[in-house]
Amino acid sequence: MEHQHLRPKDWDAVAADPAFAQLLRTKRRFVVPATTFFALYYFSLPVLVGAFPALARRPVWGDLTLAYAFAFSQFAMAWVLLALYVWRARAFDALQARVIENVARDLKTP
Amino acid sequence: MTPSLGMFCLFMIATLLITVWASARNTTSKGFYTANREIGAAHNGWAIAGDYMSAASFLGITGLIAFYGFDGFMYSVGWLVAYLTVLFLVAEPSRNVGKYTMGDLISFRLRGHPVRAAAAASTLVIALIYMVAQIVGAGSVINLLIPQLDSATTIVAVGIIMLVYVVFGGMLATTWVQIVKAALLMAASLAMSFLVLLHFGFSLPAFFHAAAHVHVVGTSATHNLLQPGLRFSGAIGKLDLISLGLALVLGTAGLPHVLMRFYTVPSAKAARASVAWAMAVIGVFYLTTTFMGLGAATLIGPQRIGIHLRDAQALEYIAHHTAQAHELNAEFARDHYLVPQTNTNLAAPLLARELGGDLFMSFVVAIAFATILAVVAGLTISASSAIAHDVWWNIVRAGRGDEREQVVVARTVALVVGALAILLSLGLRSLNVAFLVGLAFAVAASANVPVIVLSLFWRRFNRAGALAGMTVGLASSVVFIAISPAVMAHPIFPLENPGLVSIPLAFLAAVLGSLLTHDPASQAAFNELNVRANTGIGAEI
Repeated sequence: MEHQHLRPKDWDAVAADPAFAQLLRTKRRFVVPATTFFALYYFSLPVLVGAFPALARRPVWGDLTLAYAFAFSQFAMAWVLLALYVWRARAFDALQARVIENVARDLKTP
Repeated sequence: MTPSLGMFCLFMIATLLITVWASARNTTSKGFYTANREIGAAHNGWAIAGDYMSAASFLGITGLIAFYGFDGFMYSVGWLVAYLTVLFLVAEPSRNVGKYTMGDLISFRLRGHPVRAAAAASTLVIALIYMVAQIVGAGSVINLLIPQLDSATTIVAVGIIMLVYVVFGGMLATTWVQIVKAALLMAASLAMSFLVLLHFGFSLPAFFHAAAHVHVVGTSATHNLLQPGLRFSGAIGKLDLISLGLALVLGTAGLPHVLMRFYTVPSAKAARASVAWAMAVIGVFYLTTTFMGLGAATLIGPQRIGIHLRDAQALEYIAHHTAQAHELNAEFARDHYLVPQTNTNLAAPLLARELGGDLFMSFVVAIAFATILAVVAGLTISASSAIAHDVWWNIVRAGRGDEREQVVVARTVALVVGALAILLSLGLRSLNVAFLVGLAFAVAASANVPVIVLSLFWRRFNRAGALAGMTVGLASSVVFIAISPAVMAHPIFPLENPGLVSIPLAFLAAVLGSLLTHDPASQAAFNELNVRANTGIGAEI
């Protein structure tokens, strides 16, 4: 991990680097909607159970109730979001490498 | 010695040998805390899963599902989804910014002793509650193997074995034990689920049908375990379910021993990959809790699990404490809440016995015990490093002590914390262990998560805000637990889990504390933190 040894001259300058701003923007564009989505999906379960008990108890597949099936679906939701994140993170890594290059170049110029 | 006890002992000797081997190569503080940052991502993922699949998950959730069906399964759902919070918000930044402890992360831009001390205090409280749950679980399963011992003796003996183990092992040993044990626990859970399904001819509809019609002993009535509301009912129950859900989904991101795992890998990328591994493993495991829990309910029946346990515990207790027999019965009668709780921790091992006889049960008990041992070790290390690194090294010695001295302090603290946990466990031994750990999650979500998240993402956040958030979060969650139905027969605070109130309070305090004070230093350091957290430049190696 070469970049872990880097010590930028000025952290504020790195923070102002357009490549860094783009990294943050790209991350935010994934993390904010993904977090909002999973929070809504997850809390729908206790809210469904609390607010619509009759609906939650309704069998949807044999004796399996809607609530229990919804609980199972949370597993699928978590794994899908995990896969999406890992996939998106390659873009984060590429942008990160650009910021690191800029810092290294800046350290070489006197 | 019975065969089951013999097999159990063999297993324990094997894990202790791993510890001895590891302790021989483990003398620096970096080795004690972080295994020299040389653990691979897949291994670390299994170790995280191992930490997570504690007594609470294996014994506690299985029991709650056996008794309350869907309401118990909420724990599985919450604890898996919680990893999305970890993945999206804290895993990579904490690897990039931290060194040994959660205190490093929080005090990065919020320099100063009070913040570090507050982080150490919350770490200590969380580790204690979590440890109590593990020791209570260990006591119950060992009682199953050796019914002659009374539960107090078991708890003390189990606690001492664990302490010896941690004080000599350190993080490298616990990492390897976690990995081995996670694989074994997974194998046992899959085997039990397979056998349960085999019993129903691999027909899911038949299995769910049985779970929807569990007989209530002594009546012709049946319970539908697939329906919500068996544990959380009424207006308060609905709020309690949401409160629990909130604590579960946020708490993981504030658990010191989980955050610490990210310091054992070489980079943020490895931290990300280890969360991915952990989520895959944990998810599969939590799916099996449904089959184990509902399997125990349908094949054994909650009443039989309950009667067995109550008889075993009460008879054994009365045999050894004839004088207190009267008090024991009075205690059961007085506190309705505790009685069903007493019986829920042993559904998994009893299911194993039902499915595979005494030998299979002792295998499952040995795995449960190793699980607990390793989890307690991880917790003790997080607590002792919070004191040794955050309080001793950074505050008392102002960063100038020597490394060996720090390890000595860490081991001493481990002993003291362990002793304290044993004492608390004696008083709380009748509670369900998943429920207890849920409380630790509420404390973590209140005291740590607001401060971690705000310090990573909010430029305006500062020291006063951090102190306010941590103090309010820690104090409110602990006080609400102390006056809740879990502890008091006539509770002042109505919710079992305080998360719904204490988490927003902590966020509010953190935000208000920041807005009301002016602290240019905290804000000036934000750029450096932001660059480090997002790029890994200057990360500890």
